[in-house]
Amino acid sequence: MSADPATRKGVVILGATSAIARAAAIEFGRKGYDLIVASRDGGENETIAADVRVRSGAHVTALPFEAEDTASHPAFFAQCREQFDDNLAGVVLCFGCLFEQEAAQQDFALARRTIDVNFTGAVSILEKFAAHFEERRAGFICAVSSVAGDRGRQSNYHYGAAKAGLTTYLEGLRNRLFQAGVPVTTVKPGFVDTKMTFGKPGLMLVAPAEKAAKDIVKAALKGRNVVYTPWFWRYIMLIIRHVPEPVFKRLKL
Amino acid sequence: MEPFAVQQLSGWGRYPVEECRVYRPEKRRGAGDVVRACEETLIPRGLGRSYGDAAINGGGAVLDYSRLNRMLDFNAETGVLECEAGVSLAEILDVFVPRGFFLPVLPGTKFVTVGGAIANDVHGKNHHVDGTFSRYVDQLTLMTPAGETLVCSPDENSEAFWATVGGVGLTGLILSARLQLRPVKTAYVRADYVRAANLDAALSAMDESDDRYTYSVAWVDCLSKGGALGRSILMRSNLAGPDEAPRGADPLRPKKKAGKTVPLNFPGFALNPLSIKAFNTLFYAMHRSVDGKIVDFDSYFCPLDSIGHWNRMYGKKGFSQFQATFPFGESAGLTELLELISGSSCASFLAVLKRMGTQGPGMLSYPSEGYTLTLDIPMRRDLVPLLRNMERLVLNRGGRMYMAKDATALPETFAQMYPRLDEFRAVKERLDPQYRFSSTQSRRLGITPDGGAREKEAPDVC
Repeated sequence: MSADPATRKGVVILGATSAIARAAAIEFGRKGYDLIVASRDGGENETIAADVRVRSGAHVTALPFEAEDTASHPAFFAQCREQFDDNLAGVVLCFGCLFEQEAAQQDFALARRTIDVNFTGAVSILEKFAAHFEERRAGFICAVSSVAGDRGRQSNYHYGAAKAGLTTYLEGLRNRLFQAGVPVTTVKPGFVDTKMTFGKPGLMLVAPAEKAAKDIVKAALKGRNVVYTPWFWRYIMLIIRHVPEPVFKRLKL
Repeated sequence: MEPFAVQQLSGWGRYPVEECRVYRPEKRRGAGDVVRACEETLIPRGLGRSYGDAAINGGGAVLDYSRLNRMLDFNAETGVLECEAGVSLAEILDVFVPRGFFLPVLPGTKFVTVGGAIANDVHGKNHHVDGTFSRYVDQLTLMTPAGETLVCSPDENSEAFWATVGGVGLTGLILSARLQLRPVKTAYVRADYVRAANLDAALSAMDESDDRYTYSVAWVDCLSKGGALGRSILMRSNLAGPDEAPRGADPLRPKKKAGKTVPLNFPGFALNPLSIKAFNTLFYAMHRSVDGKIVDFDSYFCPLDSIGHWNRMYGKKGFSQFQATFPFGESAGLTELLELISGSSCASFLAVLKRMGTQGPGMLSYPSEGYTLTLDIPMRRDLVPLLRNMERLVLNRGGRMYMAKDATALPETFAQMYPRLDEFRAVKERLDPQYRFSSTQSRRLGITPDGGAREKEAPDVC
């Protein structure tokens, strides 16, 4: 924790109520960053802010944020700028939503929300941060995508498609911001022990959320390009991506 | 409604194992939904370190609240921490020892939640001076089985407070608590180790000089017989002063030792009377009487925590931990208990003796004045009859057993050991007239009725 509050850098955590996001916020706080924790769940968001504050000693502000409501994003971004002034160091996007695949097949509203939150909402808010960091030639962008975006599977292809879109978007953004010296990090978690995976049968190698968060913070601060967490998922997905389509389409995945 | 997982669940002793529907909400609202909407019986569970069947609910639901572990407020002037019940004592130590605050009461493991510590009203090596965990809880927020939020303290809703303290989760879900931490200058104790040749020597040393120490516990070799029955090593200490911590390092940040983990179940025969005897003999031989040794908190308070999954040493069948307190006038019960153990083929790997202080106000709080003996015994076919004999012995000597350890006691024994049970029942009846909060243990001990929640049809889906 650095001593002078005026020079402390600030990080914005979007979707702060997920287990990974909260652990990442604490990790940033312990490394001396102040934080904005943002999510649509006001009460929980305040609780998370208190927790990060007590555990890390950081200055933490809770702000309401709704990924789907893209019209509200400019005002939200303005609040972030106002809060940290020129000390805005980076943004970590952790929000996402996953519905039961069958429900989303039957109800297009759910499929659409999957795309609106995971992809459209992410593009909308990250453009704001990108423009700001590009102009200042400083800052970092880090977003949590998913291994589900590496290959479409029948068990979660709406989610997978939205995350694939996000991954490709981040690729392009990384290419654009390279000239400005602003790193863009894509994080692809495998199975992490969160609400998304709890109770799902047959999951192996489930990693604790704190471990994933440590990987995320390290990758973001180092400006890495694409990281898998835990690391071995890079190789699992390498194999899965290389299964020929005539074979893959027959698999029950 | 929250998602759930059907799991084969047990306590830390891994006996018994039962199928439970487990909910693990990550938000306050989700926890409320489970309490209100779940139509099966329900029991809260933290980190699962109760040994027996206190935090499992065979055929019913279990609310794992370990994800509701947010710290809500800390006042550095007063040392008062407010946190959700899922915060573990390990987390509190990690965050606050470097800031100069320690837990006022720390049981033998730090891998328990604040909720579990209250629900079992845990005690530590300082019970003879400082009492139980609940003495340092000045307020808690309870979600009653009816789904209402109730703020309880020794002054406000005090009946609900003292029923919840030691009430093993049967009065509702503890949401949060306010806890008084203890200021410390270092993360070390200054410990004196004394060998005692037998039980009498150990007890008289404790009687004579325990009041000079804040922390006191003895390891007992429960395989020694005859004149050496109950030979022990007393390990007693006080907080170390600022100038006593090792030089050259931050006195509040001892170097962390690399933890080891037991990777898989030992085969059942690994712990046999011979290997246990070898270990006990070696342990006794290794510990000479030493005065003024400076020991870090983790090594002194929670030695087994550095070995992950140490319960796997006992193999797949698991083990039973037995803890009982005998009133001061009945210390002959200790001798009888040790004779029973050393004469049986069920050797205890670990035995711990402590002189306990006065009883607190929790209706079902275990700690009461006297000597408490804790034994770990590998599970085997002839263990239950032995446990039954031990139970009878404790009852005859006016002692009591600890529910957090127990998996086999009989309801009539329990009722005699806990004279305030009826008082507890009255509060339970008022807070939970349908007996929706119930565990395998509470049904076994006759605290809640068999066959699930009262006046409700058993539903297919929760």
